[in-house]
Amino acid sequence: MSTDTLVKPYQELRNATLARDRGLREKVMSLEAAAKLVENGDHVAIGGCTMSRTPVAMIWALIRARKQNLVVSRSITSTEGDLLFASGTSRHVITSWFTQGIVWGVSKVMRHYTEGKLARFDEWSHMSIGLRYRAGAMGIPFMPSRSMIGSDVGKRVGEELKTMICPFTSEEIVLLPALNPDVALIHVQRCDAYGNAQLDGLQFMDIDMAMAANKVILTTERIVSNDQIRRTPDATRIPFFTVEAVVEAPMGAAPHECYGLYEPFFSHLDDYAERTSKDPVRGCQQYLEEFYYGPKSWSDYLSKLGMEAVLDACRRGRSVHND
Amino acid sequence: MTKPAGKPSAYTASELLAVMAARLLKDGQIVFAGVGIPLLAATLAQRNVAPHLTILFEGGTIGPFIVPGELPPSTNEQRCTRRANMVLPITDVLLLLQRGYVDVGFMGGAQIDRFGNLNSSFIGDADNPKIRLPGTGGGNDISSLTNMIVAMKHEKRRFVADVDFITSPGWIRGKRTRAESGLPQGGMWRVVTDLAILGFDEDTREMNVLALHQGVTREEVQDNTGFKLLFDARLETAEPPRREELAVLRELDPERLYTG
Repeated sequence: MSTDTLVKPYQELRNATLARDRGLREKVMSLEAAAKLVENGDHVAIGGCTMSRTPVAMIWALIRARKQNLVVSRSITSTEGDLLFASGTSRHVITSWFTQGIVWGVSKVMRHYTEGKLARFDEWSHMSIGLRYRAGAMGIPFMPSRSMIGSDVGKRVGEELKTMICPFTSEEIVLLPALNPDVALIHVQRCDAYGNAQLDGLQFMDIDMAMAANKVILTTERIVSNDQIRRTPDATRIPFFTVEAVVEAPMGAAPHECYGLYEPFFSHLDDYAERTSKDPVRGCQQYLEEFYYGPKSWSDYLSKLGMEAVLDACRRGRSVHND
Repeated sequence: MTKPAGKPSAYTASELLAVMAARLLKDGQIVFAGVGIPLLAATLAQRNVAPHLTILFEGGTIGPFIVPGELPPSTNEQRCTRRANMVLPITDVLLLLQRGYVDVGFMGGAQIDRFGNLNSSFIGDADNPKIRLPGTGGGNDISSLTNMIVAMKHEKRRFVADVDFITSPGWIRGKRTRAESGLPQGGMWRVVTDLAILGFDEDTREMNVLALHQGVTREEVQDNTGFKLLFDARLETAEPPRREELAVLRELDPERLYTG
């Protein structure tokens, strides 16, 4: 992104919102139909963090739809970033940390694409990514902040980060440019057909991301009635009018976790790490073939993960309710 | 370091790190911890000497208690939220650092230099890196905004005169350069390694050795460091890990995910 287009112009942001039908309407559709709402080149924000509540089913659908040149942002990027690079869906990730997870070491896939200059990984601090979404959610062009200054992380993002002398205190302060994604992909435990979403456990940056985006594509473990939502409105975190599509995708974050329902599929993730560390390119291609392009449907994908793996992940996931 | 098999008094390098780091924490503190050694050390401190210590996780958790044998693979899984007081969005838990609620930030390190700057972004030139590392995560925020403890293996390739890239700022180029760079608060306080406990000179902000672990010589520490170390005038020998400290660690991490 060049600096003159870095922050979405305010009028454009408002116009895109005005143009959307924000009425209380049903918007349930298939993964394939929802994928059509994403255009090549869009800035797509991904909800969840690392291996938690990653909208894997929607990313799966975008990769299968052969989307290209997406600019992807996320708080922390895990295996989904590898696969977005390897499939050619994205060549540009904006994130604070990019690797499958600490216990698996540095991602060979991320290394292959970034060291070979085949793809771009813009590194911002974790709080800065969050404040960029928050500025976007607030409808303001930037957010003042006190980290990233003094370090090479701040220097490396160059013109995208500015400093100014605070007009009140005369201290030097960092200005973070707002992020207003074209689309936010967010996976939740439940929502209604209108897109009122309730999520359990850690929220990560999802609420700011939903408010900042031009539109939200929700995938959900379950679609519940609007009456049920209205019984606990305090648990609703994402309002329906930000949402453009609701897709019911059970186990929609697998092989990552979804709070209270399933933990990460550790054996599968060990296998993924082994395949991709031996040969990042071929390993990823084989993985994509087997789990992304090959399956006939999302349930076929889940079958390929295996019933035993699903049950194991669910048993561990639900154990938080055992105490 | 010797393996613990059979000998109850023996311990791994990671266990040594966790025990020594735990002893640096004080009761009542609010500690922003990474997973792995920092979490184990903070939990050990909580169990033994600091029952009123509160752990914060980058994923958004305030005050969790870790279930033995269920150590989280990152700060963002449900295992991080067990018996917590509160869960917040990521941005808001990180903002607690900026607001000033956090006493200690505590993390591991890949590469550190003589002024306590950490690199977790690039090995080699950032434009043509030999290795692209995962990046800052919250490391830059934590080290920019509070006092830091780092736990890491003591190796020459990890202890370098100048890091290739300052991901998480320590004292920048020493003396007052941190404050002059726009970071008036916090700074690198202690580095705990499998050989020694290190701090930073009050004036020059250069790394100095405060204590050696039992059986470790000055020469050994210097030989494993890529720059000239200062040794504190009151150089001490740290008390080796006690049986009860190791017992807690082994209860927490029976599969030795982080302490192997």
